[in-house]
Amino acid sequence: MSEVKFSKEHEWITVEGDVATIGITKHATEMLGDIVFAELPEKGSNVEKDGTAGVVESTKAASDVYTPVSGEVVDTNQSIVDDPAKINEDPEGSAWFFKLKLKDSSEMDSLMNKEEYDKFAKESTS
Amino acid sequence: MEIKKTSLNKLHQDNKAKFVEFAGYEMPIQYSKGIVEEHKFTRSNAGIFDVSHMGQLYIYGDDKLTDDLEKIFPLDLKNLRQNCSKYSFLMNDNAGIYDDLIITKIEKGYLIILNAACKDNDFKILSNLLKDKYEMVLDDQRSLIAIQGPKSVEILNKIIDGVEKLNFMTGNWFDYKDTKVFATRSGYTGEDGFEISIKNELAEEFTQFLIENGAQLIGLGARDTLRLEAGLCLYGHELDTEKTPIEANLKWAISKERISNGGFVGSEKIMKEIKEGTSKIRVGIKPEGRLIAREKTKIFNEAEKPIGEVTSGTYGPSVNGPIAMGYIDKEFSKIDTKILLEVRGKKHSASICGLPFYKKSYVKGVN
Repeated sequence: MSEVKFSKEHEWITVEGDVATIGITKHATEMLGDIVFAELPEKGSNVEKDGTAGVVESTKAASDVYTPVSGEVVDTNQSIVDDPAKINEDPEGSAWFFKLKLKDSSEMDSLMNKEEYDKFAKESTS
Repeated sequence: MEIKKTSLNKLHQDNKAKFVEFAGYEMPIQYSKGIVEEHKFTRSNAGIFDVSHMGQLYIYGDDKLTDDLEKIFPLDLKNLRQNCSKYSFLMNDNAGIYDDLIITKIEKGYLIILNAACKDNDFKILSNLLKDKYEMVLDDQRSLIAIQGPKSVEILNKIIDGVEKLNFMTGNWFDYKDTKVFATRSGYTGEDGFEISIKNELAEEFTQFLIENGAQLIGLGARDTLRLEAGLCLYGHELDTEKTPIEANLKWAISKERISNGGFVGSEKIMKEIKEGTSKIRVGIKPEGRLIAREKTKIFNEAEKPIGEVTSGTYGPSVNGPIAMGYIDKEFSKIDTKILLEVRGKKHSASICGLPFYKKSYVKGVN
């Protein structure tokens, strides 16, 4: 599996072969608070880099989830729809959102590594 | 304008509050445990709410004041005993609601608790209606602290001896150290609880005592989910000048004898609406599944005709699901009526339901 990469919209992404797994970062969940609703893209649908690919709602408000890369949705994580609190518990592990068949792997190049993201996240909250 | 801070601001900071601006005040939306935990803690234990931003309006006067206030509020104030409280509203001539409030008869007049965002406007309206005949004090020297939840009485009674004897919707002065505090048995969470009016300089220490005895600070976020589960209206959402108490389904708060005789601001409209009914009414809404329908979500009937709008909607931690309130055309207001809610461009199933979403009986007290 590839190194974990991060987007400015606070998604994380890992790639295995040509399939990417995408979720939201721990930092994002801390900003959102208790997540009580999750909506995922439909399996088989195509999503475009930086386009919306789902929604999460906390007790306070709704936020869009974006996809950091383009591709076809090949799997979604129904367990976070059934129990959205899992997203707060393990956002960068078992609470992944969806898997994509990558359209253009070069889209990965513009994303941040962990060190860059941590710095970005720290600066964007202060 | 500079943002205002309550006397508990430092305590909120020390407890790692996330702040928001609310009605010109810097107020805690939540603390480190988050809204869901804070909500559940209040339902099972005792939550402390800083409501010092709310207005504490004292109006001093004798029987003439009671007569004059009866020309404003739809209450039977002549028969309201000292230290007893009533929920009511300040209305315009068209029965539109300027504010909802709690009025308590005190020794030399009345104490009215007003919403933070409305208090200055309320003061002007009331001064005008009362023609400046009475001394009116919007007291900013006192903080207002609520403690809510099943353990409130046990915790508060350790600090203020005797509060356990208060009945629901009554209040009294109590000794606290070498001063007096005014405590009422009331609140806005659907739980037993109290609101304590205390001098600003004592507020932080008093709240610390509550914390040391097992209560926890709760933010505005959980206050909102608690009141919504309890089916209670929030000014600016369920209530505003475009809505009347009858449309808001709050007829129970209007004294019976005032309905027949009228003579208060907005009474003609109220009497007409009681007789003829209203075209829209406030209802409870239960979305299917986990979908959250926020404020301003459009409501449709099954034939996809628009029939209303959501005024508050969130996830209810104690009912473990989405809940909402809104206004809907009367003919669709019957419990279990199927409706559709438009969220992010798609229509989702929901149904009308009874209020509250979460039931718990208030303590009536010893009598």
